[in-house]
Amino acid sequence: MSTLIKFTAGGATEVDNGFVYVIDGEPVPQGADIIVSLGRIKAEGEALLASGVRVGVQIEPAEAVEDLAELLPRLALVALAFPKFRDGRAYTSATLLRQRLGYSGEVRAVGDVLREQAYVMTRCGIDAFVPADGSSADEWARSAGHFRHVYQTAADGRTPAYAEPGRR
Amino acid sequence: MYRYDAIDKEFLTDRSNEFRHQVGRRLAGELSEDQFKPLRLMNGLYLQLHAYMLRVCIPYGTLNVAQVRRLAWIARTYDKGYGHFTTRQNIQFHWIKLRDAPDILDALAEVDLHAIQTSGNCIRNTTSDPRAGATAEEIDDPRVWSEVIRQWSTLHPEFSYLPRKFKIAVTASAKDRTAARVHDIGLALRRGRDGTLGFEVMVGGGMGRTPFIGQTIKEFLPATRLLSYLEAVLRVYNRAGRRDNIYKARIKILVSSLGAEEFGRQVEEEWAQIDAARADLPDTELARIRAAFIQPGLEVLPAVSDSYEAARAANPALARFARNNVSAHKALGYAIVDVSLKAHDATPGDANSDQLDAIADLAERFSLGDIRVTHEQNLVLPHVKQSDLPALFEGLVAVGLATPNINLVSDIIACPGLDYCALANARAIPVAQSIAQRFLDADRAELVGELKIKISGCINACGHHHVGHIGILGVDKKGEEYYQLTLGGSGAEDASIGKILGPGLNADQVAPAVDRLVEVYLAERQGEERFLDTYRRIGMTPFKEAVYVDAH
Repeated sequence: MSTLIKFTAGGATEVDNGFVYVIDGEPVPQGADIIVSLGRIKAEGEALLASGVRVGVQIEPAEAVEDLAELLPRLALVALAFPKFRDGRAYTSATLLRQRLGYSGEVRAVGDVLREQAYVMTRCGIDAFVPADGSSADEWARSAGHFRHVYQTAADGRTPAYAEPGRR
Repeated sequence: MYRYDAIDKEFLTDRSNEFRHQVGRRLAGELSEDQFKPLRLMNGLYLQLHAYMLRVCIPYGTLNVAQVRRLAWIARTYDKGYGHFTTRQNIQFHWIKLRDAPDILDALAEVDLHAIQTSGNCIRNTTSDPRAGATAEEIDDPRVWSEVIRQWSTLHPEFSYLPRKFKIAVTASAKDRTAARVHDIGLALRRGRDGTLGFEVMVGGGMGRTPFIGQTIKEFLPATRLLSYLEAVLRVYNRAGRRDNIYKARIKILVSSLGAEEFGRQVEEEWAQIDAARADLPDTELARIRAAFIQPGLEVLPAVSDSYEAARAANPALARFARNNVSAHKALGYAIVDVSLKAHDATPGDANSDQLDAIADLAERFSLGDIRVTHEQNLVLPHVKQSDLPALFEGLVAVGLATPNINLVSDIIACPGLDYCALANARAIPVAQSIAQRFLDADRAELVGELKIKISGCINACGHHHVGHIGILGVDKKGEEYYQLTLGGSGAEDASIGKILGPGLNADQVAPAVDRLVEVYLAERQGEERFLDTYRRIGMTPFKEAVYVDAH
């Protein structure tokens, strides 16, 4: 089972990725917590959510995260797919989940997820990572927290430089 | 210029340390070239034909004396003793070793310089007016707004992996010295009827293989709402811009396919949903940034300097320099001086370490320590007392930087071309030199007047050929270098894309063809018309006939 790095108030920890990604058209495994596609949750949402397991949804870069708005309170997590690390659409998805849709549950980065992107991912409000490069939680946290200052507001709520007391 | 505080300095230190760590991982084999590439590119490091090239950011083209001296030192220590100023107001070093790059970035950070976002699919250095703060023409100081954008866009988490690179220009005068209309976003400062400050917002301009002139999507954006509006534009682009084809990934393609009106509508819809209190800078921060620009201590001087007038009357070379390279300053008794990096035997935009040191010394003595870089690959000393002009001129002459050709036929923009660049199809520098050589007669060049020639060594158009009054594009035809000429382009306030003159020419034919184009212009021009004006009035045919007369 792949490693999952979770950021919480207590720091970064490695936990078991307890969710199974169910490919469209495949049957849902009994009793397992699952991640399904946006299409599937739209088609089978009520049945899946009533089945007693925890349900997350994976958003692909081209999909509009706003389509999840009504379901968000019932989801265990939202996974954002990075088919290539260069594809930055999920950063907007993450930002909108946090800032516009008010989602406070887990937002998880999956796919081509590399330590070098830890900083931007964290700042966009992503708080769980399935690293593709074997990074440890410590390495991930170091990369994410490397900068003592940030210049702009973002979904992570960090105080931008202009609001720091030391700004001259 | 903008004064860095402890926070700005710590940020650069962190960035430099991060890159040192990444280079270490690359040299140790922990990162593949494919994984390392976007990281080095976001620190301005390209792999070129012969070596790594480091592109150093010069925020909106402003430098101080210590920074210029540091650039000279870097060129001497880590390169072959020269640097190349680019059409993005940056400087490139073409002979860099990967293992030296972290040390260079540390040396840059010590003088508040860096290479952040000088490459990669992110928001690049903001272009601005090299005469900012010195010209009476400006509505407001565009550097203030450029600095606002610099900070906002630096490591912006949502917009660091855009479909493609993204360039913003801020212009503040009726005369546009930033090529705003060929930027992804062009911002033109405007004064509203009620006296408040705002921007005309143009989007979707660009060059490359599909050139477009930017279109206005907002006539008047209140200046205080700038960042939320930029966020809306970038978000619409980040989501909808094409990612399947690198050549169709710029915002210009999105704007063109949606239409500017529809694109503007989508931006408005997005903008309406953004929380202004979070996204826009508080007035206090805008005031802080404005105040962090150290105002030059300008003296109260008489409008005319008698000693300068006398020197000019006595020295024809100084008089020529004054006619072409010296412009009016907002303060009486001062002048703005353009320093040409286009000597006829030089590589356009190149300056060697000795020249850079000399510029720093001269700026310290005569320009209140302020140096600017223009997108036309020249330098500007913005605050020179008229009475100092003769001494400054002699100082420039001594290091070969007094070429009196600003905006004239030999003031050519050229990309590095096939001499350096892995993308190029053809050489650009020797073509520029052959044209400059042909117009060595300074009287004739002045008679011709303003004529903007721009040369690109390939279709990526780094030499801005699309917006040259005469544009020259290098192409590869069955292994041979050919050059396609275009006429009628402009990157200024009267922006337009040039049209193709005719079949490609070989390298030897380019300078004679330019000569013939100039002869047609001189024969046809009326009154004060520039080459561009005459072309626009009489059209392509007479020019075409003159160049291809031998083919008939």
